[in-house]
Amino acid sequence: MITFEAVSKVFPGGTTAVANLDLELPTGKITCFVGPSGCGKTTSLRMINRMIEPSSGRILVDGEPIADQDAAELRRRMGYVIQHAGLFPHRTIVDNIATVPFLVGTGKKQARARAAELMERVGLPENLAKRYPAQLSGGQQQRVGVARALAADPPVMLMDEPFSAVDPIVRAQLQQEFLRLQSDLGKTIAFVTHDIDEAIKLGDMVAVFRQGGHIAQFGTPQELLEDPADDFVTDFVGRDRGFRSLSFDPAKDLPVRPMSSLPDGISVAVDDDGRALAWNSVAFGSRTRPLGGTFRATDTLRQATDVAISSPVGLALEVDDAGRPVGVISHAEIAEHLAAVRSAASAGAGSRPVPEDDST
Amino acid sequence: MIEYVRNNFELILAAFGQHIALALIPVVIGVIVALPLGYLAVRREWLYQPIVTITGVLYSIPSLALFVVLPLIIGTKVLSPLNIIVALAIYTVALLVRSVADALRSVDRNVTQAATAMGYRPVKRLFGVDLPIALPVMLAGLRVATVSNISLVSVGAIIGVGGLGALFTRGLQLRFAEPIIVGIVLSVLLAAVCDSLIVLAQRYFTPWARVGART
Repeated sequence: MITFEAVSKVFPGGTTAVANLDLELPTGKITCFVGPSGCGKTTSLRMINRMIEPSSGRILVDGEPIADQDAAELRRRMGYVIQHAGLFPHRTIVDNIATVPFLVGTGKKQARARAAELMERVGLPENLAKRYPAQLSGGQQQRVGVARALAADPPVMLMDEPFSAVDPIVRAQLQQEFLRLQSDLGKTIAFVTHDIDEAIKLGDMVAVFRQGGHIAQFGTPQELLEDPADDFVTDFVGRDRGFRSLSFDPAKDLPVRPMSSLPDGISVAVDDDGRALAWNSVAFGSRTRPLGGTFRATDTLRQATDVAISSPVGLALEVDDAGRPVGVISHAEIAEHLAAVRSAASAGAGSRPVPEDDST
Repeated sequence: MIEYVRNNFELILAAFGQHIALALIPVVIGVIVALPLGYLAVRREWLYQPIVTITGVLYSIPSLALFVVLPLIIGTKVLSPLNIIVALAIYTVALLVRSVADALRSVDRNVTQAATAMGYRPVKRLFGVDLPIALPVMLAGLRVATVSNISLVSVGAIIGVGGLGALFTRGLQLRFAEPIIVGIVLSVLLAAVCDSLIVLAQRYFTPWARVGART
């Protein structure tokens, strides 16, 4: 656990970057710091590994004040990933990854073996090991950055906009893999981003910073979307937050009707293995219409709603893992289900399970 | 021509040897002095301007004037080779300080910050990260300083210690072209060889600097 106790940072010149910050980053979870530029999120992150010293207050890691610890030793126990990876241009990929093991005196052979193992783990082909960073794409460099941060197996990871310099497709891929990696490793992660969508997708907890280094809200992504603390947070999380908050409701509880309930004249064409192919409807004449999309029990209400709205027959088709039709549900029925779930929740029925994957 | 070389072989060889010593010893001294100065100019932001300005002014002093004035300042004999060595060392420092400072400043801040954040201590970072990455730019400066020294040594002949420059003064006095041609050829040859050696060293020590293109 990383604890901020009344931490402030005033830079020479009088700019207050962080004001009286109290915050707890839970062990084994991803905590996102999100906010507009100049809100103090990066300063807060960099105080955790003493790249910046607080003007007042203190920071503790697992109850130990970091100010009492040797800065270099402390940093070696904290993986660090930044926007442009910051790789060493003069070292090969494998030696870049082995940086911290080399620093703490691990043997060359052992450190390189560990680096090779990590390359595989972050999805880098083996043949890149002897290349230099300039020979890699931006996405690959970022993977090296993550591998380098993980090399000494630090309990804590500090990540400063690690995915914001790559294109959206690569970013989405890196985010998915990052979540998968984290589900294996369970590091305590502080993750800075200016992108609220990224914070909501990745964060177990999200701290929304506002200008002047204040925390506007600290909570789960779901709390942020469903119950923003004030106008600033409402504005920041964006206009379609209602729709996006559907990502936290699992599709598996939907009252899906069996395929036999399809209205007369509408059917689903299947292939030889029983997998759904297309919609048939007398209204379409002799043509079939593409499915446009399907959802599975592991998806979210966001996915199911999207499929229902875009379906040519007004029905969302649920399929099993093999792609065979399971049942259908209309947009109106999803809305009814949602209303029932929400009123039960606000009546204090406790928290609903949060699905792992937002695959929209 | 060949006959001139044959008859004066020992004299030419001695001049050539002196030329190499007078040109290259100052390079070594210059590197040793310029490295810490350049580092200081980067570490203490406010020192950069004064250091670069002062060394720039030093470089603008005419070499002949410096050769003549130095004995008065450092108390050497007028004909001592030390005058040339000290003067050229000053020029080397003047050229290299700026190279070293600019080379160190050109190292991507993201990279140095990442190094510190991963637990590098300052000295280890300097030798393990900053200097190696700055090496290509510093070696470019070293090439200029080395070649410049090799050509400047000849000027020393006017005050009696000038390596191959002695062949020039002799040729002029005797109205005789051969020594001048031999002096020029050897001087250019020496510059070309030294320059190539530095380029080779650069290729060997910084293989990464040539892989800029993404595959």
